[in-house]
Amino acid sequence: MIRGENLVPVRFDLSALVRRSVATFYSHLVTRHTGQALRIGIESQIKDMQSLCLSILDFSQVAVLDYSCADETVAKLLRRYQEADRPVDAYFIARGVSDRHRDALEEVLTRHGLALVAEVDGVGATLLGAATPEERAAWQALEGLVCAPAATVAARVSMDEPTAACTLDRLADRRIVLRRGSPVNYYALSPLARGA
Amino acid sequence: MKIVTVPSTLDERTFDAMIRSYVEGGGGRTLVDARHLSWVDPYGMLGLLALGAVAAREGERPILQLAEGSDVVSYLARMGFLEQAAAFYEINGAHRRSRAVDGESDVLLEITPIRSHTDIHEVVDRVHVRAQAILTRQLAYPPNESFQFAVILAEVCQNIVDHAGADGWVAVQRYSRTRRLNRPVVRIGVVDLGIGFKESLASTHAARFGDRWNDATALEAAFIHGLTRFHDPGRGQGIQQIRRRVAKWNAKFSIRSGTARIADIPDWDDAPPLEEGLPYFPGSQIFIELPKRVVEDAPSRPAVGAGTRERRR
Repeated sequence: MIRGENLVPVRFDLSALVRRSVATFYSHLVTRHTGQALRIGIESQIKDMQSLCLSILDFSQVAVLDYSCADETVAKLLRRYQEADRPVDAYFIARGVSDRHRDALEEVLTRHGLALVAEVDGVGATLLGAATPEERAAWQALEGLVCAPAATVAARVSMDEPTAACTLDRLADRRIVLRRGSPVNYYALSPLARGA
Repeated sequence: MKIVTVPSTLDERTFDAMIRSYVEGGGGRTLVDARHLSWVDPYGMLGLLALGAVAAREGERPILQLAEGSDVVSYLARMGFLEQAAAFYEINGAHRRSRAVDGESDVLLEITPIRSHTDIHEVVDRVHVRAQAILTRQLAYPPNESFQFAVILAEVCQNIVDHAGADGWVAVQRYSRTRRLNRPVVRIGVVDLGIGFKESLASTHAARFGDRWNDATALEAAFIHGLTRFHDPGRGQGIQQIRRRVAKWNAKFSIRSGTARIADIPDWDDAPPLEEGLPYFPGSQIFIELPKRVVEDAPSRPAVGAGTRERRR
């Protein structure tokens, strides 16, 4: 519960979902066609959610992820749900990310100027994709704090408070952190996904 | 009768000679003379298959003359060539028997038609575990990079489904050594008979190039600049991804389409990065050669890029 709101974490096992969505026996995330089917499958499952939704894209059973599929699934999902007319208030986080997936994810995210919070095997919560050093520092600080106002984050990263607030707002607009309440508090996504 | 002479060694470098023989041949029914063929790799094999398909379009079924009972015929059978070729050629001299693997080479993927996205899934499913083992154990690639082989294969096959507008084939082979390299390599051939790069990109890019628009400029647009006919900024990056990976592995990557070929050339190969004025052949023909990694293959040393605009006619 985030200040009176229900946050519903929804986990998508991408390997299992691709079998259902593409109607094949294959679990590799390759081809644009597969990516499109996956994205539509995810969108259809979250479209009716009335509350805030944290979608966990679970790559742990995915052996092969190519650029085209990553672009069609991850980049297009993130872009769609950053738009003002997004169908649902959904956030995304990747889980089970390893070396097998990281190249393709980093590439598509950077190309589109996007970023994604990912639970990377052996590393923990990591910000993949495009972000400035200030954004990375603020995001990292918030991950440690879990939930904090801009002043607390500012103190952690040696920024002045307006700069920290501005940086955190940018991260919130990019849906890498959650901004809620008045006075404003910022929430890291990965702690919210724990247990899902 | 149009007689096409197949070189004794048929691979990416000798493919043009075979096509030139076809293009410059006379009229009438086509006879593809492969009696002297003694060595063929996946690219050469798919090229021979594609030639049969093109010749068959002209009317009468072409004839493929193989050297009866030769080792190469056994290998062609093992790779599934004879089965595929029967759709286009009248084949003489082929005995459909297989022999034990000779120890010098290893079939990683027999000739596999690529008609849809499902075929790509099947290819990845079939090769990725074995390819990973070969790249790690025999080509000394780091385990955390070897899985990229399946990614490369998926991207390169996708080029057929998304852009060619026609069917194609893929085949992969490991060799203990080649004439050029005295170390193990894996060779990938991907061939289609589709519209080719020039036509695929024409609707969105030809106007900007005006009279300069040709097979070479189309290949440069796709290979170097990552352009496609789509306006989506995420498109066209598959080839760029392959180029980055190939450079890191000090490997070779070439694409032939129409009358041109563009390539990323590693230091162990002396092919030009861009060739124009080649004998016309429809569709696109893609070649990737991954050599065993050696200590001096430092990833920071770039391959000779196609962007140097070195040309040969």
